[in-house]
Amino acid sequence: MSVVDTPRSIVRETTPLVGPAMDELARLPKHAPKVRTRALFPTEPKGQLVALLAVGIVVVLFVAWQLLADIGVIDTFFWSKPSMIWDSAVIAFTNGTMLDDTIFTFTSTVAGFVIGVVGGAAVGLSFWWSRLYARTAEPLLIAVEAMPKLALAPMIVLALGIGMSSKIAMATALVIIIQILNTHTAVRAVDRDLQTLLYSLGASRAQVFGKVVFPSTIPSIIASFRVSIGLALTGAIVGEYIGSQHGLGKMIQFAAASFDISLIWVGVFTLGVLSFVLYIAVLFLERFLLRAIRGA
Amino acid sequence: MTLLAPATATRSELSVRDLTRVFMSPTGETTQALLNTSFTAAPGEFVSIIGPSGCGKSTLFNVIAGLDAPTSGEVTINNSSILGQQGHVGYLLQKDLLLPWRTVLGNVTIGLEISGVNKKLANKIALPLLEAYGLGDFVGHHPDQLSGGMRQRAALLRTILFNRDVILLDEPFGKLDAQTRATMQEWLLDLWDDFQKTVVFVTHDIDEAIYLSDRIVVMSPRPGRIIADLPVHLTRPRKATVVTSPEFIELKSEILALLATGHTKESLA
Repeated sequence: MSVVDTPRSIVRETTPLVGPAMDELARLPKHAPKVRTRALFPTEPKGQLVALLAVGIVVVLFVAWQLLADIGVIDTFFWSKPSMIWDSAVIAFTNGTMLDDTIFTFTSTVAGFVIGVVGGAAVGLSFWWSRLYARTAEPLLIAVEAMPKLALAPMIVLALGIGMSSKIAMATALVIIIQILNTHTAVRAVDRDLQTLLYSLGASRAQVFGKVVFPSTIPSIIASFRVSIGLALTGAIVGEYIGSQHGLGKMIQFAAASFDISLIWVGVFTLGVLSFVLYIAVLFLERFLLRAIRGA
Repeated sequence: MTLLAPATATRSELSVRDLTRVFMSPTGETTQALLNTSFTAAPGEFVSIIGPSGCGKSTLFNVIAGLDAPTSGEVTINNSSILGQQGHVGYLLQKDLLLPWRTVLGNVTIGLEISGVNKKLANKIALPLLEAYGLGDFVGHHPDQLSGGMRQRAALLRTILFNRDVILLDEPFGKLDAQTRATMQEWLLDLWDDFQKTVVFVTHDIDEAIYLSDRIVVMSPRPGRIIADLPVHLTRPRKATVVTSPEFIELKSEILALLATGHTKESLA
């Protein structure tokens, strides 16, 4: 009876191999058990402690900079020092155009961000309607995205002038392609079964779009806001570098041209604060929008 | 619960005739998903379809729901063709497919919303039903705050509220644990009793099929076709202990044999 024979022959064939392997395993030294008394994952630190440490690090760096400059290790002609930067800042904000420049850069950044984000999301969402349209547009978009858009800056400034519109256009150009591509990815990830369900209820394409596709993509659209806000600021500043009468970028260029290192630092630090504020604002916007869709 | 049933419950007969569906791959290979499938669900009848995976159940449902066109054949409700038309039947897919950004109320009324019923009226209809079927305290909750059983209940109510006489249920309890599943079966029978729907129910579970159905259609794969159409002669309402009755066991072994051999016994032909 072959039914009985088969398992036996298997055993006979494998035994010579299995036996030595098992002996080998038995001879291996046993790894000593490990005793772990600490928590498996590091505990979350207190928020206050984190803030204190972060501020502390900044203070230490500035103090070190000041001291090293005072004893002559750091050449203040090239690097300036915190006390000089502070003096420049006071003058720039009280007597100069610093506040206007900050508002100019802020306005063009926010305008470019909003146009880029809304326009990009609209174009990305439109790809849902036709695969042919989406497939044709995608390689073109990727080519444009791969190209350094900063190279377009001189042309944009020439075409739109040295006013705010060219800065807004630069900020938009940097934001919009990324936003289109991210939205398109989200559109393609929309659950097909959810769409099928709506069609089974007799929904039109417009209804499927409005009730499933658009709400599904909102979290992804919002998630790319954080990247976009930084890009918008970069675009606005580059536009100002090329040619402008206002803005932090123009102000930094002006300071560099007149070898006023302290004033450059004032511009750079103001930009840092501005980008931090914008980032926090976007985080709040995100939280607000996400709560709004949930209808809570 | 019968007081909630619509005063003038309409009832419809679903009929599927000689349905064949051949899929063609881009390389030109053909797959026969359905072959000459015919069955009829009488008005208010509960019909289960049982068969191994790959027997074309999903294709069959997609065709009935108007989401897929058959190669040949006909689907009718009360003798008028519904081929290629969506929105004639309530369809519950395997997943509950609740929209995560909508509340329970928003989810169960979506069918009415799509058919153009205004929100106020839709909510007015839905709220007492949610109350009656155990979701009253969860009306404003979002799907991720519900248990698996409650989610499935919401999905079933969405299907009922779409207000069609015929509903297709594709393994609705497949992912639930055994206990929840038993509760949900009772609950489905209550709903069916109250609303007098014609139900076509796909399942892999023979016990579930016998316990719930008036008739069981057994299918076989490659190509998907019907190999038996068996009436269930168990009186209703059925008690949980019915599973140990001789009639139940006899029917179960008959279906097991059919599924094992995959072809028709002469006695059943």
